[in-house]
Amino acid sequence: MEPSPQRSFAAPRDKVGMTMAKGALGALYKDKEVIVRQGEPGDCMYVVQAGQVEVLHGDSENTQRLAVISAGGFFGEMAIFESEVRSATVRALGDSRVLKVDKKTLLRRIREDPLLALNLLRTLSARLRDAAGDEDQTR
Amino acid sequence: MVLRNGSRSASATVDFLASPEPGQTDLTLQDGAKVAVVGGGPAGSFFAHFLLTLAREVELELSVDIWEPRSFARCGPGGCNHCGGIVSESLVQILATEGITLPSDVVQRGIESYVIHMDVGSVRIECPAGERRIAALYRGNGPRTGGESLWSSFDGFLQKMAVGDGARVVRSLVTGIDWRDGIPHLLEAGGAASAYELVCVAAGVNSNFSNLLEGQGFSLGRPKTMRTYICEFRSDPETIQRLLGDSMHVFLLDIPRLEFAALIPKGEFVTMCLLGEDVDQGLVNAFLTSSEVARCFPVDSTSCVCTCSPLINVRGPHRPYADRLVLVGDSGVTRLYKDGIGAALRTAKAAAETAVFQGISAEAFGRHYAPICRQIATDNLIGKFMFSVTRGFKHARFSRKAIERMSSLEQERSDSRRRLSSVLWNMFTGSAPYGEILNDTLHPAFLAGMTWNLARSAVSPHRETRSG
Repeated sequence: MEPSPQRSFAAPRDKVGMTMAKGALGALYKDKEVIVRQGEPGDCMYVVQAGQVEVLHGDSENTQRLAVISAGGFFGEMAIFESEVRSATVRALGDSRVLKVDKKTLLRRIREDPLLALNLLRTLSARLRDAAGDEDQTR
Repeated sequence: MVLRNGSRSASATVDFLASPEPGQTDLTLQDGAKVAVVGGGPAGSFFAHFLLTLAREVELELSVDIWEPRSFARCGPGGCNHCGGIVSESLVQILATEGITLPSDVVQRGIESYVIHMDVGSVRIECPAGERRIAALYRGNGPRTGGESLWSSFDGFLQKMAVGDGARVVRSLVTGIDWRDGIPHLLEAGGAASAYELVCVAAGVNSNFSNLLEGQGFSLGRPKTMRTYICEFRSDPETIQRLLGDSMHVFLLDIPRLEFAALIPKGEFVTMCLLGEDVDQGLVNAFLTSSEVARCFPVDSTSCVCTCSPLINVRGPHRPYADRLVLVGDSGVTRLYKDGIGAALRTAKAAAETAVFQGISAEAFGRHYAPICRQIATDNLIGKFMFSVTRGFKHARFSRKAIERMSSLEQERSDSRRRLSSVLWNMFTGSAPYGEILNDTLHPAFLAGMTWNLARSAVSPHRETRSG
């Protein structure tokens, strides 16, 4: 039997070629890079670890920015609670770092600790309030 | 050290798997109540954080003292909590969802893959999500001779978070508990006593505090422990990057008494963790001189700068609570071998939720806190079985070959369902409950694939060796 050769590891780079800091978790996205695309299926949500992302809705001719989410904020949570396609496109606003949260991991924990869902409900509630405010202004 | 329990009557040992013991049912935290947390590691800080956050939600004013004599800003044993220092993939995700983002200076290295080394070859298993979701870090401020630190302590980070929520850190050693009229008083070396409505014990199994509670009428039982061996090797970051990359390296070796071994790259150090029966210098040497270790990390080119042999909890106490007393983290019930910090978060939050919403009596903890402990303990029984199966696979060369063959093929094919890779990933990272892992191994496709590879390896054991 031949022993395996000693493996050499390259410096870590993410999929777009940027070098990540050693202690950085998640994945890096460069400015304007799409993280989730409207209409595509999804099975995870995302938490912004560093930088900002923007949430866009519409088609190729008319795109509207719905929100900007900063570090600590999350998006894509609707995929956790329903099996619909992504309702909006989210892309990096400047270089940003984002962590995926698996549907299974999150639902397992929410089942054990329903209070974890409070964080999600708070954000959803704030988004509904913002959306209602925007609608009132439009009228 | 002293523990007096004058106002409580001793009762027979009650397993927390049974129904809660009837006791006072009207004990609740009122406005202005004082709560003590003994131990300022992750379990203690999580408990303080969640207790204060939840209390604020219901407009309950609490005063929380975290008793922790150590400063996690110190290098070496004085500021260390003696641990391999891995935050699991699932815990990183849960922390992020809880709004707790681990800073880059706390995480020594984001781990993106595991490399499993066996005599028959090595296989690299990538993170299923394709990103770095496991954190390698230091619980304190790094090993002895760490020099000028460029990082921050994980335990220190969590403690700062709890202080930001309003907790106060008392830098003093608790030497005992005295119960006066049913109220716990924490004692200090000078004899001073502080009264609290509730005491949360998060002192782990490497302090004497849990032993204090044993045999003092609490009928809690003592956690069963196992000794581990941790060693820090120092080298230059470029060499560590070249040799180990951003992977945790685990070893499935047929060395008697060795249950589990891992090398974890962190900045300018590599942490070696050994788990086994009566780990001694002979076992350490047998591991370090094995060809599998030599081919991925030539230890003779580095220097060992810090070692310790901490205990880990392998079975919790019978009943991790009493009136006005709750045990969380390693002092209570934790996961077998893996994801102890994840178990600390789960038990600490469940205990805090019970204290704020249900009360602080043994009955309240029995009804609302014991279920999570029971869930972890039951899953540990399955884990024990899974590790015994892994041990069986380690002993036979053809079964090691089957693992290497099946997982290598899965990693080579991007279109295949990586069933064995997923099982190995979850076993070694602690990312999923053992029950789920067992369930995955019972899938007909997994069983068929494993049977086929076992048969192939038994018939042609000398097939070409793959490397990770």
